Amino acid sequence: MSKHRDVTQERRLVQCLLIAGVALFLAIFLVLPLVIVFVEAFRNGVRTYFEALTDPESLAAIRLTLLVAAIAVPANLLFGIAASWAIAKFDFHGKSVLNTLIDLPFSVSPVISGLIYVLLFGAQGVLGPWLEAHGVQIIFAVPGIVLATIFVTFPFVARELIPLMQQQGAREEEMALSLGASGFKTFLLVTLPNIKWGLLYGVLLCNARAMGEFGAVSVVSGHIRGVTNTMPLHVEILYNEYSFAAAFAVASLLAMLALITLVMKSLLEWRFGAELAARKRHP
Amino acid sequence: MSGRRNWLQRLRQESAIPGFGLALGYSLTWLGLIVLVPLAVLVLRALELGPSELWRIISDDRTRAALRVSFGLSFLAAVVNGIAGLAVAWVLVRYRFPGRRLLDALVDLPFALPTAVAGIALTALYAPNGWLGSLLKMIGIKVAYTPLGIFIALVFIGLPFVVRTLQPVLEDIDHEIEEAAATLGARRWQTVFQVLLPTVFPAWLTGFALALARAVGEYGSVIFIAGNIPYVSEIAPLLIVIRLEEFNYAGATAIATAMLFIAFVLLLIINLLQVWTRRRLGHV
Repeated sequence: MSKHRDVTQERRLVQCLLIAGVALFLAIFLVLPLVIVFVEAFRNGVRTYFEALTDPESLAAIRLTLLVAAIAVPANLLFGIAASWAIAKFDFHGKSVLNTLIDLPFSVSPVISGLIYVLLFGAQGVLGPWLEAHGVQIIFAVPGIVLATIFVTFPFVARELIPLMQQQGAREEEMALSLGASGFKTFLLVTLPNIKWGLLYGVLLCNARAMGEFGAVSVVSGHIRGVTNTMPLHVEILYNEYSFAAAFAVASLLAMLALITLVMKSLLEWRFGAELAARKRHP
Repeated sequence: MSGRRNWLQRLRQESAIPGFGLALGYSLTWLGLIVLVPLAVLVLRALELGPSELWRIISDDRTRAALRVSFGLSFLAAVVNGIAGLAVAWVLVRYRFPGRRLLDALVDLPFALPTAVAGIALTALYAPNGWLGSLLKMIGIKVAYTPLGIFIALVFIGLPFVVRTLQPVLEDIDHEIEEAAATLGARRWQTVFQVLLPTVFPAWLTGFALALARAVGEYGSVIFIAGNIPYVSEIAPLLIVIRLEEFNYAGATAIATAMLFIAFVLLLIINLLQVWTRRRLGHV
């Protein structure tokens, strides 16, 4: 050990032990679950794997998951832009209340997120009789799944954009406007380029959750095969039928989605860290 | 029309930027329709039931057992997450070693991996014939289909919260504090435990509270590994689902209200604790 040991560092041995301990802990708790998904998926060979994925019910589940994300993500993107524009560019009464309310869905259990829509639109729900009289079905149908997904992914884009736009202030926009640009043009040519990476970051996380949501969707879906079964729900059904290889095959697609999300997220953080919200760090 | 203009102008400060009415109006409408109205319906339903009926459902043995399982195990998992998360954040922020960035990126896996996938993966690992389950069986520990399995799943999904709240705070620590402590004759462990860790305690509490809140509501990653035996390994969210499947909306509503209420009280206590420690430490 050198005589000039850095007093703000632990001993080398302590460091090595801590690093090894943390690496081992993360390997057991995070890496092993990921690895076993792929091992179990290919347990009965590559052919069974692809047969499981091209099964009509699996394909229907994949289509439904893509459809739900294709509605929920743009909906929350639009909300995120509107909310962050109002909150970051203006000062008004009740701003902090609005900010808090946007985060509300994060603190509600997924199951309760589904439950509230059942209480509202279900057969015994507040609007249930009216909906039934007009032949509209929301619960145990695709609209319910879309609504529950929008609810659980509600804060993602706004959470990323609000601190970012607050940090950037309104100076550049004011300049563009004083030079005669229209409001829309200012947003498109001044604001959007400034927030594009933050926007992508929010959309990425929003999409991952939208495609992977289980609890909320499970409550409103009714589990009708080939009709209201998203990929995570299909995983559950296959698993409960003891079709383990097939369950893990569908699960492996979702695991790949998670890996792609993590890689893109890390790339964005390393490459454009300065252009993302400063102290964001939110699930 | 002019009335609306006045109302808007009174609401906000002067600004040259356009689109306030549109942006705020759209945000509030969407927030109301998607979040506030549905949540209000839950509260109204609970009020409709009345206090005695609510209490009758909540004090039912099975409900109480489920709430105990959910909150008890979530608390334990959050404690473990607090300790492990502190170690992970410390190592990632303070040390430089090959593979650090990979470990850092990996910490977010529980956020990115759909809960149902995590659930069946953990079950496969910890089942008596699984990779880890068979090892643990040799020393007489059964994980899958017991409360211990629930605990493992909750540790998995809660891990990123403590790490991600602590990281920026640890990065911000001024090295001069440590140098001062060392000059004044403190041993390294004294500096760490008496100078550094107390300053990150409020952030640690935030991470702890986030992990706890997430664990209490968690469903997907738990139900596969839990075994779901009433009174033993049945979590409160699952009991809500069971009540809904029986079309017992009152039961589901009451349990949900109890969960939200207890979680709210817990978070309030943690918040007060945070204010108290901040004041004691002389932070803002």
